[in-house]
Formats: sequence, C-alpha cells, structure tokens
Amino acid sequence: MNATDWLVIAGGLAAAAWVNWYFFLAERGTSRAAVAAAGSGGEQEVRITVHGSYDPATIRVASGKPVRLVFDRQENASCSEEVVFPGFGVRKFLPAFETTTVVVTPPAPGTYEFTCGMGMLHGRLVAE
Amino acid sequence: MSATSSEKIVIPVSGMTCAACQGRVQRTLSKTPGVVDASVNLMMGNATVAYDPGAVNPADLVETIRATGYGAELPVPDRSAFEEQAARDAATAEEFADLRRKAIVSGIAGAVAMAASMPLMRGGGMGGAAHSAIGWGLLLLTLGVMAFAGRHFYTRAWAAFRHHAASMDTLVAVGTGAAFVYSVIATVAPGFFLRHGVMPDVYYEAVIIIIAFILTGNAFEARAKRQTSAALRALAQLQPKTARVVRNDTEVDIAVAEVRGADVVVVRPGERIPVDGDLVSGSSSVDESMLTGESLPVKKGAGDRVIGGTINGTGAFHFKATTLGADSVLAQIVKLMRDAQGSRAPIQALADRVSAVFVPVVMTLSIATFVIWFIAVHAGGGLAGAAAVRGFAAAVAVLIIACPCAMGLAVPTAVMVATGKGAELGVLIKGGEALQRAGDLTTVVLDKTGTVTEGKPTVTDLVPAPGAAIAPAELLALVASIERSSEHPLAGAIVRYAEEHGSAARASESFQSVTGRGAMGVVGGRAVMAGNAALMADYAVDTTPLQAEAERLAGEAKSPLYVAVDGRLEALLAVADPIRASSRAAIARLHAMGLHVVMLTGDAQRTADAIARVAGVDRVVAGVLPAGKVAEIKRLQGEGQVVAMVGDGINDGPALAQADIGIAIGTGTDVAVEAADVALMRGDLTGVAQAIELSRRTMRTMKQNLFWAFVYNVIGIPIAAGALYPAFGLQLSPIIASAAMAFSSVSVVSNSLRLRRARIA
Repeated sequence: MNATDWLVIAGGLAAAAWVNWYFFLAERGTSRAAVAAAGSGGEQEVRITVHGSYDPATIRVASGKPVRLVFDRQENASCSEEVVFPGFGVRKFLPAFETTTVVVTPPAPGTYEFTCGMGMLHGRLVAE
Repeated sequence: MSATSSEKIVIPVSGMTCAACQGRVQRTLSKTPGVVDASVNLMMGNATVAYDPGAVNPADLVETIRATGYGAELPVPDRSAFEEQAARDAATAEEFADLRRKAIVSGIAGAVAMAASMPLMRGGGMGGAAHSAIGWGLLLLTLGVMAFAGRHFYTRAWAAFRHHAASMDTLVAVGTGAAFVYSVIATVAPGFFLRHGVMPDVYYEAVIIIIAFILTGNAFEARAKRQTSAALRALAQLQPKTARVVRNDTEVDIAVAEVRGADVVVVRPGERIPVDGDLVSGSSSVDESMLTGESLPVKKGAGDRVIGGTINGTGAFHFKATTLGADSVLAQIVKLMRDAQGSRAPIQALADRVSAVFVPVVMTLSIATFVIWFIAVHAGGGLAGAAAVRGFAAAVAVLIIACPCAMGLAVPTAVMVATGKGAELGVLIKGGEALQRAGDLTTVVLDKTGTVTEGKPTVTDLVPAPGAAIAPAELLALVASIERSSEHPLAGAIVRYAEEHGSAARASESFQSVTGRGAMGVVGGRAVMAGNAALMADYAVDTTPLQAEAERLAGEAKSPLYVAVDGRLEALLAVADPIRASSRAAIARLHAMGLHVVMLTGDAQRTADAIARVAGVDRVVAGVLPAGKVAEIKRLQGEGQVVAMVGDGINDGPALAQADIGIAIGTGTDVAVEAADVALMRGDLTGVAQAIELSRRTMRTMKQNLFWAFVYNVIGIPIAAGALYPAFGLQLSPIIASAAMAFSSVSVVSNSLRLRRARIA
C-alpha cells in the first residue's frame, strides 16, 4: 500500500459519504418548500411540474382545508404517468404534456407523502 | 325555492355505512344556509347539492360534510372512464413507438460504432491521424445518440438529482456518462493516458450499445405493460357509439351520449345493446358473457333487465333506457377496474422500502468496487493506470446491471393482469389489497337465501289437516289475505301460490306479524294464523296431527308452516327455496381448495340441516337473525380464521364489511356494492371459487416476481463487481450488464402476463 492507494481509498470514502449524505441526509428541499396559494372558492392551490421529479416536491399547506394540486406533466416517460397519495387513497393518471388536478384535504397537521405509480418519485404535503 | 339561481355539485362522501349516516349528512347539508336542496346517496357514496353560489361555495360544503365526521373531497372535473382509458392507451402506444424508434436508431449506431472501433482495438499503434479521425467520428456519433435516443435519461436524472432523488435514470446516466467522459479524454488527450502507461482505449460503442439495450428493454416493457391492461381496454371497447331510439314514432340513430332516460331503444338481431334498460316488448336471448362470464345466452322477456355492451341474439326487442353515462353498468365496471388496477397490494411495501434506498446504495457499491479493484490490481504489482481502468469498467458494470425497475413492476403488473383476468370471468376484484387477502382465506361463509339458493321461495306442498273444515281453495285465500300484509319472503311465495291457484286475497280486518314465528290477522271475521310450531303452541293449537308430516317436509329442506283458523289446525304449507344448480359443485370446489364452508340461515335447524346436506357445506348455523351474521363472522375471526362472507350486498352489507373479504353475489347490475371487496357479476357461487383461485395464483406470481427482482440484483451486482473473478476469472462487461438489466424487468412483466393465460374454470 503506497500513497496512491491511500489516496484512492480516501477519495472513495469521501465520494461514498457524499452520495449518502446528498441522497439521504441533506434536507430534501424543505427550505425551498412551496406554500400553496389561496385560490378561489376557499381552497389552496399549487402547481407542480412533473419532469423526472416533482417540482416543488415539498408543499406547505394548511390542514383541514382542501388543497388543489395542479400537476403539469412535461414528459411522456411512463414512470411518472400516475401520481399516488397513499394516505388519501388517491391514484390518478397524468396525461403527458397536460395538466391534471388532484384535490385532497389533509385532515390534521402532519406530513403526507405522494409518489409516482412505482414509488420512485417522491413529494410531500406538509400540513400545518 | 326555484326563484334562487342555484348551481349543482356532486361531492364524493366517504365513510357512510348505513342509512343513519346518510340521513345525518343530508340533514346537515339541508340546514346549511345557501343550500337549496341536498340528497345523499349511500350506495354511490356521494351528495348531490343544489346551492346558491352567492351564499355558499363548494369548499364550505365539503367542510360542512367533514364536520359531520365523514370524509369528503371537492370533485375533480373528471373525464369519463372511457375517455381516460383512451387517453392512457394513446399515451402508452406513443411511448412504445417512441422507444422502439430510439432503440432501433441507437442499435444501428451501436453496430456502426462497433465496426469502427475494431481497427482502434486491433492496431493500437496504427497511424496517429487515422486513429484520431475515427476517435473523433465516434465521439460525434455517441454524442448524437446520447442527445437523441438517450436524452431523457440525462434530463430526468438531472431533474431528480436537483431534488436529492435518484432513480433508474440516475444509474444509466452516471454509468454511460462516466464511460463517455473517459472516452472523450482518451480521444482529446491520449498523451495523458500514455503517460500513466495505459492505452487510450475508448468505450464509445459501449455507451451506444448500453443505451440501445436499455431502450430495447424499455420498449418491450412498455408493450408488455400495455398488455397488462388489455382486458380493461376490451371492456371499454364494448360500449357502442350509437343507439337506435324511437322519437316521434320513427326510429332514429343517435349518439349514445344523447340517449335520455325513458327513451325507447330498438335492438335488432345480432346487435350490441347500446345502453342499460328494461325490456318492454319483444323477446330474445342475450350473450352477456363479456360482462358476467356466463357462457350461455340469457333469455330476456318483457320486464327483464338488459345491459349496455352485451350482444343480442336472434330476437328483436324494444327496451326503455334506464341508467346512462357514468351510472351505466359498463361504465361502473370500467371505473371499478381502473381503480382496482391502480391500487396497491400491501406486499409491495417491502419493494417500496428497498427501492427508496436502492439507487444511492448501488452508487456506493459502485464506488467501493472501483476502490477494491484499484487496490487489488495495484497491490498485485499492476500499474496505477491499469488498476484504475479495471476498477472503472467494474464500477460502470455495477451501475448498469442494477435494476430497481423490476422491483417496482413486480406487484403492480400482477395486480393489473389479475384484475383484468377477473373481469373476463365476471369477477370484479376491487384492488390489490383484496387480492392479497383473498389469497389468504381459510373460511367461506355463505348466506343461504339468494346465495346457496335462488332466493325465490315457492310453495311446494299443501297438506290439509285430518278432518279439515275448510276447503283448500278457501283456506289459501284466507292465508293469502293475511300474508299479503307481511314483508317476509315466505309470505310473498304464499300470495303468489294463491293467485296461481285462483284464490284471490281479500282485505284483512287486522294484521300482526310475530317476529321469528309467523303472522296472524282477521279476515271476514275469522281469526287466521300461519306460522311455526311455536306460534301454534302460544295459542294452544294442537299440531300433533300434522307433526310427522312437518318433520318429513323439513327433512326435504322445505320450511313447514302451520295454518290455523279460529283456533283449529287446518293445514300445513311447505315453502322451499330451491338450491341453485351450480351451488353443489361450487361448494365441492371450495372444499377441494382446502376451505372450510359455513352456511348461515334464518331457517329452523331441521330445514337448515337438510339444505346443508344437499349443498354439501361443512357447517350450518340455523336460526340466524340478520344481526347475528356479523356476530358469527366475528366469532370465526376470533378463532383465527380468515373469513370471506358471500351475500347479496344489500341485506348483508354489515356482514360483508365485517368479513376479511366481502363478496357480493351478482344480480348482474349492481356493481358498486360499497361494502364488498369482490363483486360477482353472475348469480352463482362458481365466481367465489374463481375469485379465490385467481387471488392465490396472483399472490404466487407477485412472490415469484419479487423474489426474482431481489435475487437478480443480489446476484447480478456482485458478479458485475467481479466477485467471480478471483475464482473463475469471470467479469461482466458493461454491455453484458445492460443486456441483463433489460432482460430483468421484461421478465417480471412477462411473468405477470402469464396470469392472463391461467386456466381458471
């Protein structure tokens, strides 16, 4: 084992640590959470772009009030063709390059996940 | 009321289980200021509210309903089930065409790149200019393939990366991206490699071929996924586009959407029936197999129900349209199937947990692979450059072979194929969870009336008492006169029997029904009493003259009923509800599947035993009142049994809900039984065995899929990393890894598709 070996090991460890930190530990954009805007008819509304991920992926909403989520799917990859809200029993087909509206009402404060049909893309509603 | 300008909204309401719930929601809504009219439908689970938009808005109405303790959501402007299915089909067809095009283009490019790379490999030291020219050409070709065919891998991986997420795309993008960058350095600055004692080899052809293989896999996967919903597509296509209706005494062809309730629709021989309705004139037999799985044509006469989407036989008839649009049987089935196909099975939770951490873990393994190879080669006396190259190839192979998609597809594709297969059999399974639980059943509880039996009791015997004072015809008229006021199913049978024998019922002066015993009343000044032995004993009527006869009839699975007039025993009536022809075979099949079969009935023990003997059930619980069904199911569950309750869905609602699996036996029209997990389109028990068998097979498929998906990764990743190298000198090239990956997800979907061909008689 010479200096080069130790350098490669150190580099490998650093890279592995960074990967795990970035995907697991780094705050998943809560700081950049979107706040649902008050829409007409007493609902909260937010627009979510679907393209390889949900943008924004974290949405702050008020609990106990209906939230109108407008999904704008800008791709035709089948992975994102459905959005699932397990906590609300909602599963919705999102036509490609169209907007689709999902309305849910978080009953109490807490975090409610939503994912794509295969559970690869993640987003969440943070109800306050 | 009508002066206010009002708008109408239909709000889905969840959590209502009984008429009381319905009443509560309806009352609360009606009392809300601004609400003009509110009606709540328990079966449909929705509230139709007419309201004054100036005084109240839909969100307030949802709040109002939620305040009563039930769930409500604002309705989302929805396409019809058929439209959505069509949009979905178009999308998947387009996706398949797109992927196929890209796979072919990148495949051709891959072949070209491979041919062009040959001279680079063979003659490492050939003329610098030619070498460099080929290198640059390949660089441009690869860039073109990445930008055209592989573009979505990179854009999606980047979008996910920005949100600290990683997917399949991330692995492909990092793997091919690394190989590409390595090759570019070798092309642009070969001197850098030579200084470290490594030949400046390029991997352009590998990048292109990996993209081609993965796209090919994706294309096959898209096509196979399309096939998983073939059954649903077939159902959606049953809906005819036009209907021939009678308007102003002439027959006109109009679009189905324009048919109104009570329109008279004309159906000619061989035509598809356009909408649901009640037959008014003519007769025919109708092929309903596409909806109910019933292979024999069903005879239809005046008053019978016909279902839109089924095919008329040789007769012609007119019928009155009833349920239309989204309320039609076909639309409800399509909607139910779509919801079911999209639902999750609990077994998926494991796959979900693994896929959530999968990609970063694979990336970590890939880094570890590089480090270990480097150290191993370097420590073994290899040059640092050569060590890095070996490590690099193995690390890329790890990224490429890993396949989270197979795990993601394992359960949902099986759910889709199974629910579609069920629909073909006339068995509507309402989701992945129901499929999973139905696969675990140990006990099946059958409600007798209308489930084991046809639910149409008829009078089979009339035995006059020795020395009866009243003629049978007169006696029938007297009994029918009191039974006319009763709501008991047996009463209806007696009234019908009397009518058929010309003994018209008369008005009774008084009527009283005694729960569990019978009924009595006064007709033309005579006290008439009809009921069981207990009722007779209460009024000191001696039943001994007919007792032996009563026991004989009960032994034949008939319900005996004593009739007394003015305190004197006059006759014995026997009513029987014939056992369905298919019940015996279906119950035998449930036994063969290792299930315990229990029958619940309100009949007396002797009659119940006789029916149980004929039907072949293991155990019969007699004298069960409607409320007792729930208690009996709870008792079985307390014994650790996983219980299915089979009933008619209307009277058995609470029992269906209590059971682990509620199976509503079909009348062919009411699909949307809320409490049921499984709805049978046909009225026979064969569907119960089919549903359970299908569920068991589906569970087996899901487990095979999950096992394969896990094992593939658990074995494939170490092999790609070089685990077999020390022993066998075997190492996978990234190209082989990409082929294995593509094959892995296709094989999972193909395994699910095998369910389509499962023979479930």
